[in-house]
Amino acid sequence: MNIQVQTQAFDMGAEIQAITANRPDIGAVVSFIGLVRDVAAQPVLAMTLVHYPAMTEKALTDIARQAQRRWDLTAVTVIHRVGKLSAGEPIVLVITASTHRQAAFAACEFIMDYLKTRAPFWKKEHTVHGDHWVSAKDSDEHACQRW
Amino acid sequence: MITLLYFAQVSEQLNINQEQLDLPPDTATLADLRHCLAQRDEQWQTVFNDPRLMMAVNQTMAKAETAINDGDEIAFFPPVTGG
Repeated sequence: MNIQVQTQAFDMGAEIQAITANRPDIGAVVSFIGLVRDVAAQPVLAMTLVHYPAMTEKALTDIARQAQRRWDLTAVTVIHRVGKLSAGEPIVLVITASTHRQAAFAACEFIMDYLKTRAPFWKKEHTVHGDHWVSAKDSDEHACQRW
Repeated sequence: MITLLYFAQVSEQLNINQEQLDLPPDTATLADLRHCLAQRDEQWQTVFNDPRLMMAVNQTMAKAETAINDGDEIAFFPPVTGG
């Protein structure tokens, strides 16, 4: 399991390579990247992600462990960025690997749904009209409850 | 002594990031502590009576009925928006 919270960008190819090298038992790798989106009424210039440093890695590790208990996973990588990010920049990377695709697909979605509602990160959007905190969406909580 | 941490909107609304205080008497659970902090003034009342307020005890998500003890690190924050 590889859990990281960092300001710098990540390299998905390198992370997948690190998981699959010399592991012929892995039959499926699923990856998800979340990006800073600009579809609001006010153009989003950038975003600042703040977190609860002492808790963040612990929360992400706990979520990844829950996924490992539910599915037969060979590897899990979660990398979440913090600090100031521009529109279009990657925020989060989740990679799950398994013998078969079903477990990898399901676990990747599970981890993202849990991360969205259980990991202590908060986004502040910077727009031409000022800064504001992003509101949590009920749809994220509903997505989480299906598991 | 307990350590209280405040994050994001909650920190801005209360104008505080963290503080330490003696565990108030008759404070056994997070619900008790919330009730106690809500007495500080109107702004604190607004924040602590919001049912969406999230809490963690010693870096683990917690609920109103979670027990608290001397030495705990207790965090209050709005619903999370990462990912």
